[in-house]
Amino acid sequence: MKKLLVAALLAAPAVALAQQPIKIGLVLSSSGQFADAAAQLDNGIKTYMKMHGDTVAGRKIELIRRDTGGVAPDVAKRLSQELVVRDNVDILAGYVLTPNAMAGGDVSAEAKKFMVVMNAATSVVITKSPYMIRTSVTLPQVMETFGTWAATKGKLKQSYTMVTDYGPGHDSENAFTSAFKAAGGSIAGSVRFPVANPDFSAFVQRAKDVAPESIFIFIPGGAQPAALGKAMAERGIDKKKTKVLGSGETTAEAALKSMGDNALDIITAWHYDYTSKNKLNVAFVKEFNAMHGRNPDFFSIGGYDGMHAIYETLKKTKGKTDSDALIAAAKGLKWESPRGPMMIDPETRDVVQNVYIRRVQKVNGELTNVVFDTIPMVKDPAGERRKQGQK
Amino acid sequence: MFSSAVGVLFDGFAYGMLLFLLSVGLSVTLGMMNFVNLAHCTFAAVGGYCTVSLVNRLDWPFLAALPAAFLAGAVLAVLLERMLFRRLYRASDLDQCLVTIGVAFMSIAAFAWFYSTEPQSARPPAYLIGSFELLGRSFGVYRVFLAAAGLLITGLLVYALERTRFGARVRAAVDNQRMARGLGIDVDRTFLFTFALGGGLAGLGGALAIEVIGLESTLPLSVVLVYVLIVVAVGGLGSIRGSFVAAIVLGITDTAGKYYFPWLGAFLIYLVMVALLMWRPLGLFGKR
Repeated sequence: MKKLLVAALLAAPAVALAQQPIKIGLVLSSSGQFADAAAQLDNGIKTYMKMHGDTVAGRKIELIRRDTGGVAPDVAKRLSQELVVRDNVDILAGYVLTPNAMAGGDVSAEAKKFMVVMNAATSVVITKSPYMIRTSVTLPQVMETFGTWAATKGKLKQSYTMVTDYGPGHDSENAFTSAFKAAGGSIAGSVRFPVANPDFSAFVQRAKDVAPESIFIFIPGGAQPAALGKAMAERGIDKKKTKVLGSGETTAEAALKSMGDNALDIITAWHYDYTSKNKLNVAFVKEFNAMHGRNPDFFSIGGYDGMHAIYETLKKTKGKTDSDALIAAAKGLKWESPRGPMMIDPETRDVVQNVYIRRVQKVNGELTNVVFDTIPMVKDPAGERRKQGQK
Repeated sequence: MFSSAVGVLFDGFAYGMLLFLLSVGLSVTLGMMNFVNLAHCTFAAVGGYCTVSLVNRLDWPFLAALPAAFLAGAVLAVLLERMLFRRLYRASDLDQCLVTIGVAFMSIAAFAWFYSTEPQSARPPAYLIGSFELLGRSFGVYRVFLAAAGLLITGLLVYALERTRFGARVRAAVDNQRMARGLGIDVDRTFLFTFALGGGLAGLGGALAIEVIGLESTLPLSVVLVYVLIVVAVGGLGSIRGSFVAAIVLGITDTAGKYYFPWLGAFLIYLVMVALLMWRPLGLFGKR
């Protein structure tokens, strides 16, 4: 009897703890220009919770969503603060866009809140808070790898870069160019498109007139990749003579659909594609389609793996939400994701994952990004350089 | 050099025709009816989404979907005019702006709800895709089609307004509303038709723009609206000829700027706008 009482007493705090939900504040750009990115990321989160339940370590997960309405670091900062101070969230998460993630990082550092960046891909974001991890991708991770690959295994000597004129575009241009040159390639020219650009034909014509051996493209997802792809098709860029290289957004599902056969033979480097045939991904895509009536994209996988990292971290801390315990548990976390193996770097807290080199081909009549080379477990090269600098 | 100039002029012209279709309705409603409709691109988006639905879900041929896109834009214009906008003809510019921006926001949410925020596409038939070589330059087939369609519609529009009874009524109602009413012209109905025509043209423009600009739920308040407003301002309010010339000038400037001076980005178009408006503050063909 006595023993039972003691056990009950000991269990009491745990019960109280179990009744309290774990609150996660999601800061997303659910309206405005990046609404689709946020929607897909959120769909990834919803799918994960449907597949893995909404209870971790005996505690229920409660999501509180906030909308920044696009690129708005001031709004992101205010919303993050409100989530911490007023809603008492245990974890900050989401963050589609780099400026918003930077602002959220300040709040995370000051309030000592565990933060999971599920998309924003500029390398430096991760340095903003020692309590931050990232589950998406970094641009140098993919683009430097791609630059090196293009000049070595890709056997290309010359390239012409076309990127969107904003932070991630500049980062990609620099990353690709420096790696490509370091591996012996040369750059024939470069052009930057304005962020809001409805018509690409003139830019493409210019590239065509230079007649480079290859063209490298970075362009944010949305309606633009399709518009650019159509301009390339219309200008008649012959992919036998001019290889077209790009990031995964260039040949995302919607872009492929509107480009049609003109997309054939475009080579891209990316970390995720919904057509990947591994078992985890097949199950994920099936559930995702059942819930949302479309296919997941790289935003979705960032949200999905972000939730996975949160779940695994909470399992390790047994439901405790003390930030120091959470970040300690998250460092070095390894798991199999639908995208392949991945890890949170214990030193930089950044994502480590495979980079896949794909070519657009017809598979059963459908245009598909077919993986033909894999560079395993790539760390963020910019993060590695920062580490070198600190030593 | 010569061949690249020809290419740029042609591309710019075709792009200008697209801008013209998208903006002429706004120019008319703004100039003739003094109504500031910032939800104008909503009509374009409706036309675009209508085409997407018909082509992708009901397997209509692309060309057959174009008149439907015109109708969709026109019907929405009529509904909005009857239910909302006609009450605001005498309201201040600010009130009109606020209401129409609100409508644009609501339409964005509605498109996102029904079609998701995913970018949409509707592929034109194979014979409109690709390019052909002429004088050592490749020309996009779709752009030739765009230019031809734009010219045809401009011709019809000018004919309708200058040579038909309906056109005479519109011009009378705009020049002197009281006198027109006194002569027994139903000004209300004339305005409604004008509004419908403007909405329809934008709808058609939206459908034709899918292949060039793309289609997303945020179209009503995207950069397209900025370009449309520039065309209207530079052309002069209420002038069809003005919109036509302004659209072509801006289309060519934009394309030439991107081709010859890409480091200026799309900024050139704004410089040209500023220069033209300093030269003629009322726009190229503006009367008031």
